[in-house]
Amino acid sequence: MDYFLSFIAAVILAGTPILFGTVGEIINEKAGNLNLGVEGMMALGACAGFMAGYLLGNPALAIAASFLAGAAGALIYAVLTVTFMANQTVVGLTLTIFGVGFSNFTGEYMLTHSANNTLKIPENVMRALGGLNIQGLSALPIAGKILFSYNIFVYLGIAVAIIAGYYLKRTKIGLSVRAIGENPAAADAAGIKVAPLKYLNIVVGGGICGIGGAYASIITCGGVWMSNSVNGLGWIAVALVIFASWNPIKAILGSYVFGAFSILKYYVPKSYIPAPNAFYDMLPFLVTALILVIASIRDSKENSQPAGCGINYFREER
Amino acid sequence: MDAEYAIECRGITKTFGTVKANDGIDLNARFGEILALLGENGSGKTTLMNILSGIYHPDSGSVHVSGKALHINSPSDAIGLGIGMIHQHFKLVEIMSAMDNIILGAKDKLQKPSSLKRKILDLCDLYGLKIDPEKKIYQMSVSERQTVEILKVLYRNARILILDEPTAVLTPQETTGLFLILRKMKEKGCCVIIITHKLNEVLEISDRVTILRKGKSVATVLTAETNEARLAESMVGRAVNLSIKRPLVERGKPALEVKNLTSLEPDGRKSLSNLNFTLYSGEMLGVAGIAGSGQKALCETLTGLSKAHAGEIAYEGVNCMGKSAAEISKLGVRLAFVPEDRLGMGLVGSMGIADNMLLKTYKSGKGAFINRKPAIRQAERIIESLDIQTPGVDAPIRMLSGGNIQKVLLGREIESRPKVLIVAYPVRGLDINTSYAIYDLLNEQKRNKTAIIFCGEDIDVLLEISDRIMVLSDGRITGIESAASLTKEDVGLMMAGMDFRDKVQA
Ligand SMILES: Nc1ncnc2c1ncn2[C@@H]1O[C@H](COP(=O)(O)OP(=O)(O)O)[C@@H](O)[C@H]1O
Ligand SMILES: [Mg+2]
Repeated sequence: MDYFLSFIAAVILAGTPILFGTVGEIINEKAGNLNLGVEGMMALGACAGFMAGYLLGNPALAIAASFLAGAAGALIYAVLTVTFMANQTVVGLTLTIFGVGFSNFTGEYMLTHSANNTLKIPENVMRALGGLNIQGLSALPIAGKILFSYNIFVYLGIAVAIIAGYYLKRTKIGLSVRAIGENPAAADAAGIKVAPLKYLNIVVGGGICGIGGAYASIITCGGVWMSNSVNGLGWIAVALVIFASWNPIKAILGSYVFGAFSILKYYVPKSYIPAPNAFYDMLPFLVTALILVIASIRDSKENSQPAGCGINYFREER
Repeated sequence: MDAEYAIECRGITKTFGTVKANDGIDLNARFGEILALLGENGSGKTTLMNILSGIYHPDSGSVHVSGKALHINSPSDAIGLGIGMIHQHFKLVEIMSAMDNIILGAKDKLQKPSSLKRKILDLCDLYGLKIDPEKKIYQMSVSERQTVEILKVLYRNARILILDEPTAVLTPQETTGLFLILRKMKEKGCCVIIITHKLNEVLEISDRVTILRKGKSVATVLTAETNEARLAESMVGRAVNLSIKRPLVERGKPALEVKNLTSLEPDGRKSLSNLNFTLYSGEMLGVAGIAGSGQKALCETLTGLSKAHAGEIAYEGVNCMGKSAAEISKLGVRLAFVPEDRLGMGLVGSMGIADNMLLKTYKSGKGAFINRKPAIRQAERIIESLDIQTPGVDAPIRMLSGGNIQKVLLGREIESRPKVLIVAYPVRGLDINTSYAIYDLLNEQKRNKTAIIFCGEDIDVLLEISDRIMVLSDGRITGIESAASLTKEDVGLMMAGMDFRDKVQA
């Protein structure tokens, strides 16, 4: 039982960074922008979040910095695709390459200027970003562990996903955003300001991706700087968007499922399934590929990619 | 006195690349008036209306709304000024409901679905419209979609309503319904500007007509003081003969024999039931019927695009029953089809004329590489012979006007020198001049002994151009008669399914 509980807890921890990436990308795609820069924006967030925690010693500023870094990366993407109509795929991929490179470079630079060749976030920050310990609640049997034991990111992720779901589905501005993603010309003709709303969604979505990056660099790596901490999570998030059928609420479940795949190797006893570790490392990507195939077969108009996604909108074009 | 105009354009000029779409256009319309805007394809009507609705910015000239000179910088500016436009290609979000589309971008607060629904249904009652507010757009017919567009405009309290070729996609009954609504809006003091190619509609609905030719406003006349011939003349720039020729060609051998042809819809209903007819070379067979009576199924089964369920199809004695389009062409049957959906089925919008020519012929070329030279020559030939307006053989044909796109398609099909030519609604959405050019092209094919099936919606045209008329109703043939012996009323009765003359089918 205990074994199972710690598996659940580990699954949720592993799924959280993916959740941020997925929700961020959904917000992008709903506004009609296929942003393949998730990996890069997460890397930027990872770097900025870590460095803010390390240098400023403040957990809230670490999270804020990761958001701002992701948003800044997204802003570059938005300027290039929305204002200058550059190809979304190319800009997104470039953003990924840039973000990962910039993050690793900064880390390397800081390392060479550090005292003993390690970068470590101060204890007080790590404690604040560590697991919760709520009087009475966290000590409850079972529920305490699977509901009230996580770090702040886990709850923030769920909250962000729910708010994003509400924003897209129930608010007036969400309706406008969905219209832009489906048919920007129709939205424009209906009097919606297409470009500002696209900017808003891209930048906020990028910021959310950035927080996911901070999770990878701060929590997953235990407060010690490591290069490439995001390591493909952004790509899994892009695929998860499809799994979640562009619904942030479904993304919560989806990212935990993926979290489970990524930690399976620590929890399946070798004596049962004698598969090499490399197999487990590959598992999330294998499942990603399978999902992409299955999703391409499924065709429901309403739960599929926004029709205008990936195409830049220019009013005078016909 | 300026203030009496709801909307006034002075010297509007708009250039796209090298094309002067609008060249110093003057136009005005009053409240409580319906103004028709008339002009050939490409004369700049849509461009001008898009300027009024904020989609395009004019290069020069000024727009006055209710007497005030204004800059309309975006569609939301236009909506704020009470200008509502119903675009030729509807601007609706497919996966959303009618309701969501109607409130999209409207300035008021988000309201409860129930009270919103009430509000929309009230609006419907007021204007005699019918809609299910919760139905998704992609499940709607064209006329339902148009109703949603109208509601969008009404919901925003637009006082100036612009409709770009609203009747091109409607049946005659639906058009009558639309005109009723427009008259109601006029009574309520709105200003309505309507674009249509159909001269009888212009005469029926409008108070005044403004005519554009090659981007210039050439005349504005009172509808009561004009007629079809005069309108056509000022639109084209010279006198046009509005009668359609029917050259007499001696009937040749049977080109197509159809026996007991039956085809089924995916849901098992019969889309064609037990069709029997023979088409002769050098004959034009007009096919009439209300929308959805089997014209589409007929075209698609005859061309091998969909499989027939039972019966026989033979082209010049070659049995083509159950064969695909590619197999039919392998059998050496020279068959050509001009579908109603020009850019969907017929041509690739993003490619140039030359590449579209290649689509039909590349399979017969040898080796793995494509030789574009013959295609380019072919493209140049049809541009020349059919007088197609295009910047060049490689300009994407999506950029061309509807009439020119149709000429490309027809030109390509004719290049293969078909024995049987099937055309579906070849002049839909085209202006008079181009329509007559298409009729001439078809007649020329007939003179070359081609057998032609002409599916059309305008009974007058069918009666004038066809040798025989075949009427479909609910997938059955309700009559095949010599066109000269029929009246419009006869055809109408047969379209309604009445087998009123028990003549043997030819
Ligand atoms: N967005 C555009 N880009 C380039 N050319 C255009 C565009 N819109 C219209 N044109 C050109 O301007 C001319 C007028 O077109 P349009 O206003 O659509 O004519 P109409 O509605 O009278 O058929 C045509 O030659 C057309 O090809
Ligand atoms: Mg037009």
